[in-house]
Amino acid sequence: MKNTTPAAPAPQVPAPLKNAPSRPEPRPERSTGSRIGELLQRQGVLAVLLTVILIASFVYPTFASVDNARGVTVQASFLAIVALGMTLVIITGGIDLSVGSVFALGGVLAAWASQWGFLAALLVPLVVCGAIGLVNGLLIARANMAPFIVTLATLLAARGMLLAFTDEGATTYLVPKDSAFAELGQGSVWGFGYPILIALVLFGAGGLLLQRTSFGQTLFAVGGSSDAATLMGLPVARTKILVYALSGLLAGLAGALNAARLSSGVTIVGVGMELDAISAVVIGGTLLIGGAGSISGTLWGVLLLAVIQNLINQIGSLNSSYQSVVSGGFLIVVVVAQRYLARSRRTT
Amino acid sequence: MTTQATLPRPAKPLARLRDPAWYQEYGVYAAVAVVLLFNALFTEHFMTADNLRTQLVQVAPIVIVALGMALVIGTEGIDLSVGSTMALAAALLPLYLGYGLVPALLIALLAGAVVGAINGTLVSLVGLQPIVATLALFVGGRGLALVMADGQLKQIVNPDILALGTGSFLGIPLVVLIAGVLALAVAFLVQRTTFGRQIVAIGGNRPAAALSGLPVKRVLIGVYILCGTMAALAGILATARLTASDPSSLGTLMELSAITAVVVGGTPLNGGSIRVLGTVAGALLMQLLRATLVKHDLPDSTAQIAQAAIIIAAVYVARERRSR
Amino acid sequence: MAATVLEARSVSKRFPGVVALDDVSFSLRAGETHALVGENGAGKSTLIKVLTGVYQSDGGEIRVAGEPVRFARPFEAQQAGISTIYQEVNLVPLMSVARNIFLGREPKNRFGLIDFTRMNRETTELLDGFGVRVDPKRPLHTLGIGTQQMVALARAVSVQAQVVIMDEPTSSLEPREVETLFRVIENLRSQGIAVLYVSHRMDELYRICDRVTVLRDGRHIHTGDLADLDRMRLVSMMLGRDLAEVRREGLTSFDTAGHDVARTPVLTATGLDRRHQLHGISIELYGGEVLGLGGLLGSGRSETAKALTGALPLDGGEITVDGKRIGRPTPAAAIRAGISMLPEDRKAEGIIPQLSVRENIVLAAMPRLSRAGIVSRDRQDRIVSIFMERLRIKASSPEQKVGELSGGNQQKVLLARWLCLEPKVLLLDEPTRGIDVGAKAEVQSLIDDLAREGLAVLLISSDIEELIEGADRIVVLRGGAVAGELAGDEVEESRLLEVLADHTPTAEPADHTPETGRKAPVAGQEDPR
Repeated sequence: MKNTTPAAPAPQVPAPLKNAPSRPEPRPERSTGSRIGELLQRQGVLAVLLTVILIASFVYPTFASVDNARGVTVQASFLAIVALGMTLVIITGGIDLSVGSVFALGGVLAAWASQWGFLAALLVPLVVCGAIGLVNGLLIARANMAPFIVTLATLLAARGMLLAFTDEGATTYLVPKDSAFAELGQGSVWGFGYPILIALVLFGAGGLLLQRTSFGQTLFAVGGSSDAATLMGLPVARTKILVYALSGLLAGLAGALNAARLSSGVTIVGVGMELDAISAVVIGGTLLIGGAGSISGTLWGVLLLAVIQNLINQIGSLNSSYQSVVSGGFLIVVVVAQRYLARSRRTT
Repeated sequence: MTTQATLPRPAKPLARLRDPAWYQEYGVYAAVAVVLLFNALFTEHFMTADNLRTQLVQVAPIVIVALGMALVIGTEGIDLSVGSTMALAAALLPLYLGYGLVPALLIALLAGAVVGAINGTLVSLVGLQPIVATLALFVGGRGLALVMADGQLKQIVNPDILALGTGSFLGIPLVVLIAGVLALAVAFLVQRTTFGRQIVAIGGNRPAAALSGLPVKRVLIGVYILCGTMAALAGILATARLTASDPSSLGTLMELSAITAVVVGGTPLNGGSIRVLGTVAGALLMQLLRATLVKHDLPDSTAQIAQAAIIIAAVYVARERRSR
Repeated sequence: MAATVLEARSVSKRFPGVVALDDVSFSLRAGETHALVGENGAGKSTLIKVLTGVYQSDGGEIRVAGEPVRFARPFEAQQAGISTIYQEVNLVPLMSVARNIFLGREPKNRFGLIDFTRMNRETTELLDGFGVRVDPKRPLHTLGIGTQQMVALARAVSVQAQVVIMDEPTSSLEPREVETLFRVIENLRSQGIAVLYVSHRMDELYRICDRVTVLRDGRHIHTGDLADLDRMRLVSMMLGRDLAEVRREGLTSFDTAGHDVARTPVLTATGLDRRHQLHGISIELYGGEVLGLGGLLGSGRSETAKALTGALPLDGGEITVDGKRIGRPTPAAAIRAGISMLPEDRKAEGIIPQLSVRENIVLAAMPRLSRAGIVSRDRQDRIVSIFMERLRIKASSPEQKVGELSGGNQQKVLLARWLCLEPKVLLLDEPTRGIDVGAKAEVQSLIDDLAREGLAVLLISSDIEELIEGADRIVVLRGGAVAGELAGDEVEESRLLEVLADHTPTAEPADHTPETGRKAPVAGQEDPR
């Protein structure tokens, strides 16, 4: 406006802020009990896993054998890779139900493409599955649709694509014997199969990504409070799109590795795998509402599920149906325990 | 400042077609009509009494499960365990048929109610998220059913049960009749009873409902029990139609079909509204669509992709508008 | 004259059915503190959101340092040097203080990974400047709301902004924190940074702001030096009311006459206790009176109301209504005993937006209006029409969805929900917050009427004028305990402020010694004993 200039900054020098009165914060003393509670919540799965392994090793000598350990871990590595992507998605407060179908599709595509060599066998499933994840992300982040339902639809769509691609499941593509791609699934270093090593490397990278990069921090922020993240100027939509693409990519990779291991693109794998992955993630201590979670917990969760399955196979007298009964029971116990630990921590 | 006035409803029919709210409200009925019209014109032997009866018989169990699912979704919940509950009911049925029809049916329904009570308790008293709470019984329930049935398919020869699956009353198959009566009962429950209105209120704003003295926990447990019981009933009817108890495959992916029917029917996933008739129409639409594709020799894969597209379309129409 | 750093030219913004901003122009100069005032619904928040890229304007343009800009996202506004702190803390509760402050611009080590050591150190240094001493690794949600707001402020100021927008920054701050905030603003001013300051609190505006812009009903009313404008004129501009009228009637619509108060209390609460929140609160509430419950944010006002309705579990204490003790307080038991509460947060705890006006009104009374669990539309319609008329609820029909009504009408629907239960005690938690002037006046005179009819009313309000003009008696809470009571002639502004602002002197010495300041207990604040 035209008239008087606003009063110049007040004549007195602004008080030095260093001497501003401090606001003492309430510091509830933390009892040992609550510390143990916190530790249990964070590393409880690991403790349970170690206990189960320890007891099983004494009771079933065959369980503790190196061969069995290799078998269990190779089996677990595929679910682990899928669950890694799921962890990141769940930390943003979302969910990805499509991973089971995408896993199967990735396997079929890899087996089909393996006739053109190693690179094709890896790239084709990665590109297609990454694209499916991208579509999930776009629908969720840009069209503002609920993750649950979007990924439910792509679950059906990916399964449909798989059927269309295999003449309604009648065709099974085979991976050429002794090809480099088959070696990727079946070979090993010091007795550890490549899938295990790949899973471990991915978990290491995933841990760094989540804890030590801006992208990882943004995942937590989006899951913790999407609105706040937007107002803080974080790239919320882009982060969501990326995380679903990543989940699709990882599911496709796991499927490809599985096909390499089985030497063929089996069409009936992966049904219900999304729920196994979610179970593993939740057992691992990641909150389904988003905003908190860890990669390591998911690893322990996957291993726990695998060990249970293996144990039930060891107990020859039990029919394999018990496996799901025990897994379901474990899931309830773990989440209820988490819930009460979290509650007791909040009140102390 | 966004709440000053309402959008006046567009009056012109053409404008209406551009209004997303119209699609959310009537889209599913229009789609059913379109599919029927298409078949009347282009599909031979579709609009016959026989075929329509088959379609209705096939969709009946899905409708029953979806009705329960709609109630749960109305509370902002979800029940993944319905398929496993069906299997559990199917596994129990032959075990207790020796005591007579009624005890066997009651035991099977009771199992559904117990599953629902566990889900409801985990959700309302323990405070777990519905997905996690019901995931546990999704995983464990079928396992339990298989353990009880020893992993075996059992033929059922009890004539009363078989009559339940194949019998009809006034020319309407019993299964369809049961689903129809249940749909009316659920519609009445939602619209006209205190319990029904409390379900919707809790789904719409749970803290507000609690502060208004509503029995939130009791209502939630009740809703999950209803859903579990209806899933068990669907399991019984499906078993009766199959003339065999098959806990390993009965009801697999039923949770997805039921959720699809509810969502396509226009019930929002974030609670606060339950569309009973829409849910029935949603289940019907998916069924008719699949049948149409089959009649035109289109493979299963196409059916699945089409289903996916419809789900996306339904949710796209119903999605929350980004900026108000 | 200082350069113009941020300018809005003829900005308009429409929402379905509402014009939120209508041809609004205004400018912000470097180094000035500019007040933006107006009643709720005047368009302040919309203007801020347009300036910060949350909304996109439908017309007009925004210029930063003379250059036209168009922000598609908040991120772009921040890139252009516009930083904002919102009324409600917009940080991520589960993340640590340091992570919140550095979200999106974390310091990296040479491998490109986040350097947490540096981040935590810089956080401590930054917060020291705001007089806040907290462990940077603590999750944000474990801090008090005022401290969280200071963290938000630290984040906003630390991004090298040219413009800092503050939307009601003091609404959750304690007096001492407000002083710190003002020092920060002085500091920004001396660095030539412009501050756009939104507040309802007149004394704050007159203390720190240079110029003022008044908005009303989405339109620009006035911009000018604040010193040239006296309070009454400013208020009358905001309200669009005649100056003389404001002078004559006061700022609220309460009748100045008191009420006839019953002799025996309707509600008696003794020794309400809850860990960390309430410490032995005792209150008596008589029929026919409006009892004000005063106190700063976090003093336990809302908690007391929630405890009285059974919504907040208690560790100890007793509540009786008409001499009858409520056994285990739950909302249902309290309602049966005749206690009704209008909650503070209308959206989160009050309305059910998808349901109709009718259903929202009868929600709590539903069992009474039903036979054998089946709802009776006749009975509902009768009750609803009575209350829609009495409270003058403006809706197209009882079947209109409550989410589509204005804030004031939503509030009236909630009042109807509680009044149709025919309560003996009505607890009102911030009944006029966030509703327009007209509705505010109606609600205030309704409170008067209700008390006159013999209802016992407990009124919680942050609005000092509302409390003083509305209440017959005021109980002041501090730190979850009763700090004082004003009755009769004591019910006036200066006396109330005295009790509200009372800080026990023993806390002072600890504050001035930085080393111990960190651990010092705050008398009467956090420590009950």
